[in-house]
Amino acid sequence: MNFTPETLQKIDEVITHYPVKRSAALPLLHLVQEEQGHISADAIEWIAAKLELQPINIYELVTFYPMFRQKPAGRRHIKVCRTLSCALAGGFEVCEEFRRQFGCDPGATSADGEVTVEFVECLASCGTGPVVMIDEELHERVDAARARELAGQIKAGSAANAGT
Amino acid sequence: MPHPAERRLIFEHVDEPGYTTDLPCYLAHGGYEALKKSVARKPEELIDEVKKSGLRGRGGAGFSCGVKWTLVDRKSGKPIYLIVNADESEPGTFKDRYIIHQDPHQLVEGIMITCWANQVRQAYIYIRGEFPRGARLLEHAIAEARAGNFVGPNILGTGYSCEIYVHRGAGAYICGEETGLIESLEGKRPYPRIKPPFFPAVLGLYQCPTIVNNVETLCHVKHIAAMGGEAFARIGTLNNTGTRLLCVSGHVQRPGTYEFESGKITLGRLLNEICGGPRPGRQFKAVIPGGSSSKILRFGERFKVKQRDGTMVDWGVEDIPMDFDSLAACGTMGGSGGVIVMDDSVDIVAALANLNAFYAHESCGQCTPCREGSLWMKKITARMVRGEARPEDGALLKSVADQIAGRTICPFGEACAWPTQSFVQKFGDEFRNYASRPNPGPAATELA
Ligand SMILES: Cc1cc2nc3c(=O)[nH]c(=O)nc-3n(C[C@H](O)[C@H](O)[C@H](O)COP(=O)(O)O)c2cc1C
Ligand code: SF4
Ligand code: FES
Repeated sequence: MNFTPETLQKIDEVITHYPVKRSAALPLLHLVQEEQGHISADAIEWIAAKLELQPINIYELVTFYPMFRQKPAGRRHIKVCRTLSCALAGGFEVCEEFRRQFGCDPGATSADGEVTVEFVECLASCGTGPVVMIDEELHERVDAARARELAGQIKAGSAANAGT
Repeated sequence: MPHPAERRLIFEHVDEPGYTTDLPCYLAHGGYEALKKSVARKPEELIDEVKKSGLRGRGGAGFSCGVKWTLVDRKSGKPIYLIVNADESEPGTFKDRYIIHQDPHQLVEGIMITCWANQVRQAYIYIRGEFPRGARLLEHAIAEARAGNFVGPNILGTGYSCEIYVHRGAGAYICGEETGLIESLEGKRPYPRIKPPFFPAVLGLYQCPTIVNNVETLCHVKHIAAMGGEAFARIGTLNNTGTRLLCVSGHVQRPGTYEFESGKITLGRLLNEICGGPRPGRQFKAVIPGGSSSKILRFGERFKVKQRDGTMVDWGVEDIPMDFDSLAACGTMGGSGGVIVMDDSVDIVAALANLNAFYAHESCGQCTPCREGSLWMKKITARMVRGEARPEDGALLKSVADQIAGRTICPFGEACAWPTQSFVQKFGDEFRNYASRPNPGPAATELA
């Protein structure tokens, strides 16, 4: 596995936070996914070896915890809250708008591989719903018009990227 | 500006212009004075203050914080761990995120006082994976506090050392349940442990005695250390002391998080006066008062409740004081403080379908009644919303829910059964007549 020196350093540091190495499994999965975009079979083996575990001990985490992916997601990741308070404020319409904008169903990635749209559970921002997380940023009170605006910004970013 | 009916301890500086998350700002507002005061006292004295304060946990169950700390096994010779539950995943709850994002040092100070009181040398903050910015803010605050000698080796020259590390979850609601959380922190799937024997106070993290407390609870500890347990107990009402953060979402004019003396505000005043009432032209229909798992209340219901002094009162939904005991007396719970409001535009079956989808997604799958039952409840309500409702569906839903509660390893079983049980009980007519309801408009597909 090829990791940047910074990631390797973070990995070695975080293992020291725990008296038992296995506890570092989730932190390592986060670090690996942040760098590589997903958790590959090789990464599972690598993490297991690093923590002196069997690959199944890591694999069972990747298959349980919703945030870990075995396949790459789009360059931008849109998570729309599906749960009740946001739904009462119009969250389903917002998700539908993103779906229309990028032509992909919730959970899927757009044909060009640029954008993943996902319906997720309560993001703990229910008072300012509907809420949408785009990559690491939370957007509050998103209605269909705002969703179109955000989608426009993402498309412009993709176009700029493609041009370089 | 806080509403005049609010009483702000934890939220004193939240949304205050110019108030920042860094250490100099916190110190300029009297930060870490309570910790300085605390480390000059004996740990037992602080546990006593917390007992006197009457503080009850804000994570959901409302368990006495002082009792929890007393139950910790101190004779085993094993290290004692503190785990801060910052998983905040109960739908309708959004207070811990506010604290972390706006005043992380308040939490760090509460953690350190708790650690000193319980002679903990290692604390972990388990923060849900969807709060990447919150995790960074906390890591930054801890680094600052370490530089300021409030965290780390030889704290404030006392010879006492304690570390805090931030540990990120990865999107699973069940990690909020304390034994599931412990498994997760050990690097495993978050399968809740069976109690007995795995009470965290005795056999917690790494089979060592462990305290698990909610973010808000630990912030209250800071205020208790500052003002004293007796002064804290004078805030709020008997057996429901201190202030409480209430998160209001859904169909009100001004949703948000507000802080009140526990039990000093009624649900009606909260929704009508503080939150501005229903949307124009609408009326309140139902409210879930303590996070999505608490039982729903239907506007128009009456509750005959026996008061502490033996007198009987007759309350409507609007009259219920917002505290653990009053809400429990009305058959629901204060839970996590998440108040979800629904007006008369809401299709109640679809609202339940929405929640059932949540629980089916989040069941960890260890117990058959919970794994299968949550899925069946989801499928039945989804089918109803799709237009294939049968008159007996309400009874079917109830029978599934009744077979989950009380038959599982962890309280998620109850948490997923209560919405179905209470929705069907209180809106039985809507379930029975769903197929022939007068205007099956878009209200259903907007929610499920
Ligand atoms: C299914 C389930 C989910 C829970 N989620 C949370 C949560 O997100 N945050 C939290 O503080 N407590 C949560 N709890 C309660 C914890 O198990 C535990 O009681 C609490 O963290 C104790 O802290 P307290 O005594 O300070 O309230 C949950 C409980 C259950 C059964
Ligand atoms: S009740 Fe549900 S969530 Fe809890 S342990 Fe059993 S299957 Fe898992
Ligand atoms: S319901 Fe959407 S953030 Fe809680």
